[in-house]
Amino acid sequence: MEHGHTKYPIGHIIGFLLSLAMTILAAIVALRSGLPKPAIMSIIGVLAFMQAGMQLFMFMHIKESDNSAVQIGNIIYSIIIALTIVLGSIWVMHN
Amino acid sequence: MIWTCPIINTKGWEENRLKLDEFFVTGEPIIYVTEAGIALAMIGILFYLTYFKKWKWLWNNWLTTVDHKKIGVMYILVAVLMLFRGGVDALMMRAQLTAPNLKLLDANHYDGIFTTHGTIMILFMAMPFLMGLINIAVPLQIGARDVAYPMLNAFSFWTFAAGCALFNISFIIGGSPTAGWTSYFPLAGTEFSPGVGNNYYAVALQIAGIGTLITGINFLVTILKMRTKGMTMMKMPMFVWSVLIMCIIIIFAFPVLTVALALMTFDRLAGTHFFTMAGGGMPMLWSNLFWIWGHPEVYIVLLPSLGIYSEIISTFAKKRLFGYKSMVFSMLAIALFSYFTWVHHFFTMGNTAAVNSFFSISTMLIAIPTGVKLFNWIFTIHKGKVKLTSAMLWSLAFIPNFLIGGVTGVMLAMAAADYQYHNSYFLIAHFHYTLIPGVAFACFAGLHYWYPKMFGHMLNEKLGKITFWFWMVGFNVCFLPQFVLGLKGMTRRMYTYQEGLGWDNLNMVSTVGGVLMGIGFLVLVWNIAYSIRHGERDVTGDPWDGRTLEWATPTPIPPYNFAVAPVAEEIDAYWNMKQKKTPLYKKVDVKPIHMPNNTGMPFVAAVGFGLGGFGLVFSWWWLAIVGLIIVLGCLAWRSFDPDKGHHIPVKEILETEEAARGEVV
Amino acid sequence: MSDHLDTSLPLEYQSEQSRLNIFGFWIFLGAEIALFATLFATYFVLSGMTAGGPSQLDLFKEKDVMIETILLLVSSFTCGLAIFSMRNHNKNAMLAWFIITLLLGAGFIYFELHEFIDYVHEGATMQTSAFLSGFFVLLGTHGAHVTLGILWGILLIIQVVRNGLNPVTSRKFFIISLYWHFLDVVWIFIFTFVYLGGLIQ
Repeated sequence: MEHGHTKYPIGHIIGFLLSLAMTILAAIVALRSGLPKPAIMSIIGVLAFMQAGMQLFMFMHIKESDNSAVQIGNIIYSIIIALTIVLGSIWVMHN
Repeated sequence: MIWTCPIINTKGWEENRLKLDEFFVTGEPIIYVTEAGIALAMIGILFYLTYFKKWKWLWNNWLTTVDHKKIGVMYILVAVLMLFRGGVDALMMRAQLTAPNLKLLDANHYDGIFTTHGTIMILFMAMPFLMGLINIAVPLQIGARDVAYPMLNAFSFWTFAAGCALFNISFIIGGSPTAGWTSYFPLAGTEFSPGVGNNYYAVALQIAGIGTLITGINFLVTILKMRTKGMTMMKMPMFVWSVLIMCIIIIFAFPVLTVALALMTFDRLAGTHFFTMAGGGMPMLWSNLFWIWGHPEVYIVLLPSLGIYSEIISTFAKKRLFGYKSMVFSMLAIALFSYFTWVHHFFTMGNTAAVNSFFSISTMLIAIPTGVKLFNWIFTIHKGKVKLTSAMLWSLAFIPNFLIGGVTGVMLAMAAADYQYHNSYFLIAHFHYTLIPGVAFACFAGLHYWYPKMFGHMLNEKLGKITFWFWMVGFNVCFLPQFVLGLKGMTRRMYTYQEGLGWDNLNMVSTVGGVLMGIGFLVLVWNIAYSIRHGERDVTGDPWDGRTLEWATPTPIPPYNFAVAPVAEEIDAYWNMKQKKTPLYKKVDVKPIHMPNNTGMPFVAAVGFGLGGFGLVFSWWWLAIVGLIIVLGCLAWRSFDPDKGHHIPVKEILETEEAARGEVV
Repeated sequence: MSDHLDTSLPLEYQSEQSRLNIFGFWIFLGAEIALFATLFATYFVLSGMTAGGPSQLDLFKEKDVMIETILLLVSSFTCGLAIFSMRNHNKNAMLAWFIITLLLGAGFIYFELHEFIDYVHEGATMQTSAFLSGFFVLLGTHGAHVTLGILWGILLIIQVVRNGLNPVTSRKFFIISLYWHFLDVVWIFIFTFVYLGGLIQ
């Protein structure tokens, strides 16, 4: 496992600024844009997943180590399970 | 103690002002007798330990051990005790239902018994039995020295034990839970189940569940990262594959139970409205969350059981398991599908047709990979040199009996038809036909099979076969009539029934079957006791001419398992070594072995869990906080503990090996 | 378990036990995702059941939410800087950034408690309605995780001050950083689907 040591934490700074931007963008879309609710939810939902994914790679070093394949697989599978639990429950309970 | 919390409005929290005769369960002769029995047994044990000065031995060898082999034995010991209790619960139910309008048990007592029967058999009998066998066999089968996190392994066991102990005292102190092992709302809420019984359910299962989740992570990492040289994933024993997949299911299913039980705890102890009808809560949400966990749970117990059968069938047919790849893929498929079938447990709860249709189909789909496995076992046996040991008898009996359970499952999977079957004795018969031949038989089979590895002597084969036949006959006599009873309209969880419904004779027959199983259990216990003195001693470490690496260890198994990690070249690694006459290792390759130290932290933490849990059950917040502090304190202490373990020097290793095997080359 | 250290790797990955522990923690995070998913599912199912009591629009305040979000996001960033310093073998910088991380986390908890107390004073407790039960337990679980993280972090600070930066202490810091980042990731979803979702007119 190779890890290049950079002198400055460029990855983290970019990650932080992008997260900040996505957060503020989501807030603006939700609170100030006047779009219809389904559109807002879709946009901010996508932004949330994008920000989460980006933090996984840029902050949490998920691709490091020999176990990266299993680690990434584990997170992907957990997202599948999470979506099943959330969407499944909403669907089943909806009446 | 009235304390108004500034953050959460506690004015609605009722203090349980308990009188002494509400604290201790009173008025039931059966319970008094049981209390006396338990008290006597405990006094006996304390006396034995003190008189023979065994306290230090107990602490050093069992209470603080981190050795997977010992932890496995402790799990199985608890499981057998719980099998006794769950079995007595069952016999009491059968006794009460033998004839119409019997008055052995009143309704409330009956409710408590079927609740504890179900909860104990699944969570405190099957799970620990399997965890015990997994602990003993898996590290050995992969050629490892121990699991990835030995201290956490002990922590899992003791946490489980704390939850188990807490659940078991309920029938003496405060009262059993009475809302069924599924604990549906609104019955399970404080409006319809006042008192502490259901608090026991919520808290004890929560504590035990923590142990299970940690075990899931532990064995997943162990199997992925600690296999010996040469053992690629597709060369692992099938039991190890089944455990790996079980771990994946545990990791993603148990957190759902954790949340569900926590929400139940909040509803019962803090007046929230998750599942209550007041305040906008939804009782059906409980069922939804419970079964999102609950269906994967049955595969958590089933898959390692199927793994055990794979090992035993191939060993006693003297043939490599047929269809290795399809066995692996079918288990992966089962694990994946199991997350998408949960609604079949409540087809009749008012879901839309679209929901019911989806889950009907997904449920039927699971039968396919399961069927693939059944065929693979049959093909393994075909043209094999079959040896009918007890373990093999259990495994062979599994096939036709589980089949009945499986096909009735497909019948139940049809949502429209399920409106007739749901919550009838047809359902009860179905799940007993899957759980008993599927899981319980595997536990007995695995016990017979790995017994020499655990204790250095065999269980008596003749007594083993007698046990088997009592169960084989008794089980079918007990449960086959229940399919018919269900079709005749007998509902689940009824404490008595009228005459003239046509149910009398079948119930009586069913009770006879139950008694036969009880006798079989007694024969098993006698077998265990008898074999301590008279059981055939295992001197080779390989009494069955086994195929996998656990049989490469000597008897008794040294604490470090393998002096030198074996090299696995093929599936059935040890069989392969025996065929090629490969020596296990050379003396020159022996190096000092690093082993983890014993630690008392898991035991102390479990005491904390037990005390804290007890406090929560009775809403004694001070005790709950004390328990929490003990647990957190243990974790903090452990964080500071350098625990570098110890090394076993080469000289000691060689002495151990020579004593066990004779001359080492 | 061999004692051999692989010095070609970053400090926290050098011992075999460390690699096992870090890997095991990632697996544990998968379980935590399932846990929070269940809490989210519960919240979403119950979010409309206000039982005549206050709803999301009645209660949530934009300003508080943004403050909490920024505090936690910045703390995740400073946590990353702490690990970066650790990788550059700079113990003092690591400690400094890490202490800032915990302080920001404490700030987050302070604002969150303030928010909850305000709600209680407005008559919105977790016993008021199913929506509020779901809200408080989801947010409370996240907040409890953050609080536990702060306590855990203090213990680790003591250990690194005493024992210095070695394969064991660096591994412990790496693991808590994974935990801390994870909590911010969960907050992204709380911010988006609970707060923003609830504040849409």
